Amino acid sequence: MGASSKNEYKNVIECDLKKLYYGDFFAVRDVNIPIEKGSITAFIGPSGCGKSTVLRCLNRMNDFVRGFRFEGNVQFRGKDIYHPKIDPVAVRRFIGMVFQQPNPFAMSIYSNVAYGLKLNGFKGNIPEKVEKALRAAALWDEVKDKLKSSGLSLSGGQQQRLCIARAVATEPHVLLMDEPCSALDPIATRKIEELMIELKQKYTIALVTHNLHQAKRVADNTGFFYVDTTQGGRTGYLVEYRKTQELFEDPHESFTKDYIRGEFS
Amino acid sequence: MTMSTNATEFDTRELEYSVFRWRTISNLFLNVAITVITLLALIPLGAVLYMLVVKGGSHLSSASFLELPPTALGKGGGFGNAIVGTLVMVGIASLISVPTGILGAIFLAEIAPASRLARTMRFLVRLMTGFPSVLAGVFAYGAVVMLFGGFSAYAGGVALAILMVPTVMLTAEEAIRMVPARMKDAAMAMGTTQSQMVRSVLFPTAFPSMMTGVMLAVARASGETAPLIFTALFSNYWIVRRSETQLDEPTASLAVLIYNFSASAFENQQNVAWAAALVLVLFVLVFNLLGQSFSAKPVK
Repeated sequence: MGASSKNEYKNVIECDLKKLYYGDFFAVRDVNIPIEKGSITAFIGPSGCGKSTVLRCLNRMNDFVRGFRFEGNVQFRGKDIYHPKIDPVAVRRFIGMVFQQPNPFAMSIYSNVAYGLKLNGFKGNIPEKVEKALRAAALWDEVKDKLKSSGLSLSGGQQQRLCIARAVATEPHVLLMDEPCSALDPIATRKIEELMIELKQKYTIALVTHNLHQAKRVADNTGFFYVDTTQGGRTGYLVEYRKTQELFEDPHESFTKDYIRGEFS
Repeated sequence: MTMSTNATEFDTRELEYSVFRWRTISNLFLNVAITVITLLALIPLGAVLYMLVVKGGSHLSSASFLELPPTALGKGGGFGNAIVGTLVMVGIASLISVPTGILGAIFLAEIAPASRLARTMRFLVRLMTGFPSVLAGVFAYGAVVMLFGGFSAYAGGVALAILMVPTVMLTAEEAIRMVPARMKDAAMAMGTTQSQMVRSVLFPTAFPSMMTGVMLAVARASGETAPLIFTALFSNYWIVRRSETQLDEPTASLAVLIYNFSASAFENQQNVAWAAALVLVLFVLVFNLLGQSFSAKPVK
């Protein structure tokens, strides 16, 4: 595509989805959203507006959904990741993901974090990398004395930070976070939010959230998605994408205005 | 592959497929190996079905379903009485094993799952899933045939029921356990008693999976031979004779007919056995498909 070199540097991911289907279901249309390097981009909007669907397109996690197809393209550092020559496994190694429900493997805390390193055939000092990742996820002090205990023995918030540590251990370029705090209490949520701001020094983050305050607190840019029911189906689309502060203080679209005022859910 | 960093120099070729990567090669190799081995495993299955369709199909006719088994030197003939006999005995076995199995499963999964009785029962029932069918026959011979003084469809039904109970009970227990706890919570929080909750929430939700287990058990029972030799033996006559249903007399079954006739010296009897074998396999197929059709229905 004709992206200028300046643009390519600024946006790690260029996502341009024209039409997206799951089988016969027309799920998403007209989402053109950049993910700026070294920033946090939040996707907000009501349930069923396609935020998570779009997020999962960015590292080809939708490949596993039967009937998934789309028109448009997704570029990672100027490369179309849906090109037939691209290995989706390699894409996911550079674009990591954290899910809504904390999903540590049923192994020790240490093995959870070392998992990606071993997968990548990392030959260096694994314990050092594990410590670094756990520190980056602000979990080291809490688990340093029990690295051998099961990842499942941790609290929900700790499990989610373990999942973040697991994801960042292999130093991906981008971290996709799909409502990472919706299963957590406010204290754990606050910790993860602080962590996200910390992490964006090194990683680019795309964040799906239901929580408008969370988007306001952490995101540099925000995209507002809404559901179009006028065509008979329920098709999500991107209404507005702006700097977070501008979007909340001076939304251009009336849908955005109503939503952030809480006039409909 | 080297570890990537966020440094600006990034070779996007790292994102492409490459035959020089070990994991690409090993992934391809394993996928091919799995496909090939799966196909190899299907060869004997396919061969058996092919043989049955070719040999059985050519001897299948309306007479197969309507006529009695041929005598040694007789021509034609069929196995109508054996089809009826198999259906009747599997029916008797189901009447015994399905209620027992499902009620037992409710006990195991819901009433007292951690009790010593439940643990013992579960252990025994698991053991019973591998119970040699010939022993079920010997047991029913001692318990029913000897007691009532003769081979009968009832005895055959009891022997088959012994084989069906473990499958029905274990799959039903699993089906009940698969019902999400939040559904049970919702019912209990509405003020149901345990039995009301079981009847109105657990049972309907688990029903499709339970039926899958029942159908599998039925499919297995209809092919059993050994237990029936000890209990129902065989009969060359219809089960309804002199306008009376003779459930207390020796009863024909497809499995025993195949067993008897396949070793026969007479070609016509062998041919009837082939046709009966095909019909029996179709029976099993139908019950399996029925079982799947239950489980395919989504829980609404």
